[in-house]
Amino acid sequence: MTGSKDDREFELTVNGKRLTVSGAPVGASLLSVLRDNLGLTGTKGACEEGECGSCSVMLDGNLVCACLVMASTVTEASIATIEGLAASGTLSRVQEAFVDHGAVQCGFCTPGLIMAVSDLIDRQPNADRETIREELAGNLCRCTGYGRIIAAVESLLNEGDL
Amino acid sequence: MSDVIAATRERAVLGTSPTRPDAPAKVSGQFDFASDLTADGAVWGATLRSPHPHARIRSLDISPALAIDGVRTVLTADDVPGTNSFGLISSDQPVFAVDIVRFVGEPVAAVAADDPETCRRALEAIIVDYEILPALIDPEAALDPATPAIHPLGNVVRHQRIICGDPDINGEVTVEGDYEIGMQDQAFLGLEAALAIPDADGTGIELQIATQWLHEDRQQIARCLGLPEESVRLTLAGVGGAFGGREDISLQVHACLLALRVGRPIRMHYSRSESFLGHVHRHPARIWMRHHADRNGHLVKVEARYVFDGGAYASTSSAVLINAVTHTQGPYRCENAVVDGYAVRTNHLPCGAMRGFGVVQACFAHESQMDRLASACGLDVLEIRRRNAMESGDRLITGQTVTSVAPVRRCIDETEALPLPDKAVGHGDHPYSLPGGAGLTTDTTDVVRGIGYAVSIKNLMYSEGFDDYSTARCTIENGVVSIKFATAEVGQGFVTLAGQIARSVLGVDEVLLEPIDTGVGSAGSTSASRQTWMSGGAVKEACELARDSVIASVALARGVEPGQLELLGTEIVDPIDGWRIAMTDAIQGVSVNEEAVYRHRPTVALNELGQGACHTAFAFAAHRAVVDVDVELGLVKVVQIATAQDVGRALNPISVIGQIEGGIAQGLGLAVMEEIVQVDGVIRNASFTDYLLPTIADMPPVEIALIEEPDPEAPLGAKGVGEPPTISSTPAIVAAIRDAIAQRHPEATPLSRVPVRPSDVVDAFRGLRPTDHDR
Repeated sequence: MTGSKDDREFELTVNGKRLTVSGAPVGASLLSVLRDNLGLTGTKGACEEGECGSCSVMLDGNLVCACLVMASTVTEASIATIEGLAASGTLSRVQEAFVDHGAVQCGFCTPGLIMAVSDLIDRQPNADRETIREELAGNLCRCTGYGRIIAAVESLLNEGDL
Repeated sequence: MSDVIAATRERAVLGTSPTRPDAPAKVSGQFDFASDLTADGAVWGATLRSPHPHARIRSLDISPALAIDGVRTVLTADDVPGTNSFGLISSDQPVFAVDIVRFVGEPVAAVAADDPETCRRALEAIIVDYEILPALIDPEAALDPATPAIHPLGNVVRHQRIICGDPDINGEVTVEGDYEIGMQDQAFLGLEAALAIPDADGTGIELQIATQWLHEDRQQIARCLGLPEESVRLTLAGVGGAFGGREDISLQVHACLLALRVGRPIRMHYSRSESFLGHVHRHPARIWMRHHADRNGHLVKVEARYVFDGGAYASTSSAVLINAVTHTQGPYRCENAVVDGYAVRTNHLPCGAMRGFGVVQACFAHESQMDRLASACGLDVLEIRRRNAMESGDRLITGQTVTSVAPVRRCIDETEALPLPDKAVGHGDHPYSLPGGAGLTTDTTDVVRGIGYAVSIKNLMYSEGFDDYSTARCTIENGVVSIKFATAEVGQGFVTLAGQIARSVLGVDEVLLEPIDTGVGSAGSTSASRQTWMSGGAVKEACELARDSVIASVALARGVEPGQLELLGTEIVDPIDGWRIAMTDAIQGVSVNEEAVYRHRPTVALNELGQGACHTAFAFAAHRAVVDVDVELGLVKVVQIATAQDVGRALNPISVIGQIEGGIAQGLGLAVMEEIVQVDGVIRNASFTDYLLPTIADMPPVEIALIEEPDPEAPLGAKGVGEPPTISSTPAIVAAIRDAIAQRHPEATPLSRVPVRPSDVVDAFRGLRPTDHDR
């Protein structure tokens, strides 16, 4: 029966730490387990059907929507969230670029976009603008119109040319 | 929300673009949005909603829900201790339905339970027996006196006429058209959420909430709870966007009622599908306009009839309507007008505030008309706009004189002068840049490039005699400057601006922003492009009082007249005796507590003929759109937007650009993809799978010219910049699509409805009216 509490605990590897999940409903999404059971609220939920990208996390090196992943199926995977991107009190260069270029307004899409951009510049450090746009089309932002986000991403890609 | 803003190399004063104080937390996932909040012992709340657009509740049985293990309470209309109604202008919407439900999604009951899953099961267990009633879904039928009223206050929320000059005058050239605007959703990403914490003795409550207007919420909540306002304390939780959709009550009252009943903190979150039902939307509208001009294209008269579908409850419909009718002429001189506007009630989703607030609808119609008029007069689309461009000192059709700076002509000229895309159609360097994008559906031989323009006027601040004010407090204790205000930071960046103002006025570099809550007077709403002007004005005045107080204490200590001293940059200077002291030193040991209330000049209500200086100030913008249209498949790709906007003064240029780009994205959404579809009163696309928002791939580069002519009426010289980008971008894009279609099919019917769907493009030249399909 869906929704009943599962007595069994399970473990997830998040940001390099093995964490125990208890009290999650059977079938709970990785998004809800991260937020409600593990207290990692940096990963956001805005559509819960894989359309907005706000819940983007890395799963074994692949960018996924945490709302579409059943948590109990990824006990052996390596999960990386926004909280693990930089040491406490520091910012990664992607995070710094978002701050410096005005790419943040309300900030609700920001953690997901930071994860997606971090993944993009790892895989395609020489991406052109059309590629950036296509790669990031899974992350909705309602505030910025994306202009400053593109500026932030291009500042990262151009670093290699300097 | 408290952040010490560190000094940077460049002093982060007005006119610079310091980084947001909340940005480091936001990029790290450490910023607490309303949905991230919890408290010890918190349980969950959820809402039972009507599945019918119009029905009578024959019976309501909550006992099966109460029997479920883990359910704490179930509340209905009988459990509302105060007034069972709320509303921004008219208190006409029940907290919980009594006897009748009037839209799909109307709250009927609320539950509290130990977890969201138990809440869901409790909602399913409640038995409601509905007698389905005929739904009123045609706004024209709502105007018919023979149609039964669906609400005790009747089906017409407001009717407003404007009669100006000679109503019977005719022009040598006339053009007319019918226009339609679909229902748009604000689609803020951060869903409605709140944490309600009851006082231990049950006599008061604290609500942490994502909202646009803390004090208005408090007033409405207190009335429903039957509590004095001081017993209801609101704190702004992190707000994930707003755009008008958080100006009305959604879950505030329900969360507080549940918390007071259960005696525990309540967490309440909407899902995306519930959010579509739970907040008001942009009004769908049908507009008829007829423009009269002399043969040289000078406007002689505008005639218009508006019908705005307000849905089941009034919300701000009456104010939205007034914005539409009073902006009928657009940013053009016109001395004669006959306008009739109606906001009506139907069994559709309630509509209220969304960025642009009635002017979006009017602008789509008047700009479509201006293009028609240009064609009828044999004039270029920009030439006809230049000939009619409004100037400061001109009178509107309401009789109000425009006293704001009004650089309409500059907006047009500077927009036209911005560079066009450097690549011709079909010569993009990437196949994804064609209409259809990564679908690779398009053959370049069917792609036609079109260009369109539109220009807009938008009122700033509240209108029609509303007592519009904002409050701010500046305190200095132990050498620390603190600013407090209740201005909702919804993403627009007021927290950045407040620090810039304080640094500029006080000559210090470190400013502490106190939590945003009801512990200070109202700031009014974060809407109507008003906070830079209003709360900016209040922060400026509070800081000026504090600055004068510091200078006075320095003068006292030095035994000189305060008038002898002045603040230059970061130092208080005595030019006569030739000494100076750093402000950071001067504030040590000084205790200052200054509060300021800023009001804009009074406005008046419109009279029966629609006459009266009902608005405060105006801002202007022009947009140019370049689009590629696949005229066989009807696919549209917006290639570039150019805009020149009258901003008064760019206090934070990066923030201004962010507002312009973001506003254009929402205008683009309305132009080509965004619409809430309701069939027989039932929403069909309450999800991000079916309600399409512009992605980064849909959004083109934006060329921007900021027109900085400081407005002497604005406390900082700056005009609000949030709404104009959303207003004329939509008609510019549609004009560009029409231009592309006309190049291939000169006989095509001009598009008259937004959003423009692929089928509308194709139907335009197949001899069908573009709106003939069932929607």
